[in-house]
Amino acid sequence: MSNATETVDSTLLSTLDPLNRPNPPGPISASLTFAWRAMVKIKHVPEQLGDVIMIPIMFTLVFTYLFGGALAGSTAEYLRFLLPGTLVMTIVLLTVFTGVGLNTDVATGAFDRFRSLPIWRPAQIVGALLGDVLRHLLASSLVIGLGLLMGFRPDGGPFGVLAAVGLVLVFAFSLSWMWTTLALVLRTPSSVNVAGLLLVFPLSFVSNVFVDPATMPDWLQSFIEINPVTHLVTAVRRLIHGIPPAGEVTWVLLACAALIIVFAPLTMRLYQRKS
Amino acid sequence: MRLAIEAAGLKKAFGATQAVDGVDLEVPVGSVYGVLGPNGAGKTTTIRILATLLRPDHGTASVLGHDVVKDAKEVRRLVSLTGQFASVDVDMTGNENLILIARLLGFTREAARARAGELLEVFGLADAARRRVATYSGGMIRRLDVAASIISAPDVLFLDEPTTGLDPHSRSQVWEIVRALVGNGTTVLLTTQYLDEADRLADRIAVVDHGRVIAEGTNSDLKDSVGSATLHLRMASDQGRREAEMALRHILGPTTHTVSDPHLLSAPVPDPQTATRAIAELANAGIPLSAFSLAQPSLDEVFLALTGHPAEAANQAEEPEKQMEEVV
Repeated sequence: MSNATETVDSTLLSTLDPLNRPNPPGPISASLTFAWRAMVKIKHVPEQLGDVIMIPIMFTLVFTYLFGGALAGSTAEYLRFLLPGTLVMTIVLLTVFTGVGLNTDVATGAFDRFRSLPIWRPAQIVGALLGDVLRHLLASSLVIGLGLLMGFRPDGGPFGVLAAVGLVLVFAFSLSWMWTTLALVLRTPSSVNVAGLLLVFPLSFVSNVFVDPATMPDWLQSFIEINPVTHLVTAVRRLIHGIPPAGEVTWVLLACAALIIVFAPLTMRLYQRKS
Repeated sequence: MRLAIEAAGLKKAFGATQAVDGVDLEVPVGSVYGVLGPNGAGKTTTIRILATLLRPDHGTASVLGHDVVKDAKEVRRLVSLTGQFASVDVDMTGNENLILIARLLGFTREAARARAGELLEVFGLADAARRRVATYSGGMIRRLDVAASIISAPDVLFLDEPTTGLDPHSRSQVWEIVRALVGNGTTVLLTTQYLDEADRLADRIAVVDHGRVIAEGTNSDLKDSVGSATLHLRMASDQGRREAEMALRHILGPTTHTVSDPHLLSAPVPDPQTATRAIAELANAGIPLSAFSLAQPSLDEVFLALTGHPAEAANQAEEPEKQMEEVV
């Protein structure tokens, strides 16, 4: 018995480092490591991509064929108007799952271990958001690929499409901080999901995603005018169709900065204090 | 004496519950320090404060001279935490979990991969290395968890109930790991509900109850503070015990008590001489013994004496015959 113990001890001892650790990784390296974690998890649990695949397909098909003829005379004409909108709506909706994911993480012991490591503290969240960029890119490709199959032709060409998708991803990254804040306040993943969707639906529906707001009542129009999603949709439409955007891109980037300035520090404060 | 952990007057409340209510600790470098107490005594909250995961409401704490609140980042470079609930990601493989933590500690990609392989081998997880942790048994998850804590040997390791829910084999493996780490210079602070665990592993023990340290010292200090030693006598037959109780009444007094084992008789004794007299008396009376021992009181008895209530129902079965030596 004591002999067996000694062997285990000595094997273990031989693998133990002396008491000096390597220098902790920098902010970028730590964030990328967490992004790698997100990738690995997708590889092992591909089911979690279900929403990323289903939501864009559903939105594009349903809205085009259901409303297209009635709203714009023909589905082809409507698709030209709608597709940039479904692109935005899909990605905005998917950002809510970022919050759901973080809330799930908090409930596990892994969260405590990460917080006890000598790393840049936002790395866990920034890394998860970077991982989401890939999910969002996948969803964007699905929307655009499906659109192309259905006869959508972007006048702005590949560069216009790339610029539009890029802008959507930047907005998604910024908006996600709102959900990470929510994730650290609310108790369960499902309550984050419900609260997130309750906020996301007015944000995406009460905009110019589906129709030109010109015929809507004034009070609704005034909300639509300040809704950042409206400006994002306009910018994306113009970029995709090769029309130079007016002030919308600046407007969107300012909204992104505002979202990050408010919600990133709030998230980090909650992250540090989480008990 | 250099201190690895120093805490003074730590307090932490959650709403109306005072989880930690004035904890003082002094843990010497290179020792194993046991924090022993029942569920809800404040053990986990204390360990989370020391590992920089919680800010105390009052009081101060430092790890190797670094304040856990003001100098949290430096503390995180020195400590590792194995929480009460497995702190590994069940959606990743064992190998990926270790590589993740190694990378976050600053290992290069190659070094992280090598270190992960090495630890999986030592911890008997090499065969399961490429399986998702969700498929692991409780003992395997705990070993992986401890492996993740020692990817680079920390100066101070916090283990929150490291063996709760483990089978005896996994349990003794964790103990071996702790001993090896301490041999390597790591200071270990572990919380436990198991009295024998604290007794076997810890150099010093703090007994906590309702957020306070109610006793502190080495195992023997604690037992001494409770007073007398305990004499355990194992009878050769069932009838023997009743006869022995009669024969020893005038030596051991009315406090003689019996436990559920029909062959076992235990009694507190003020000194070793009383024990010798009792054994001689049994020999004179011709009552055969199969074994006897004179032991310090068990930590169970310590806890009962200190708090007035037993530690935990699950631990009541801590049998004294473990310490018995066979009579030749």
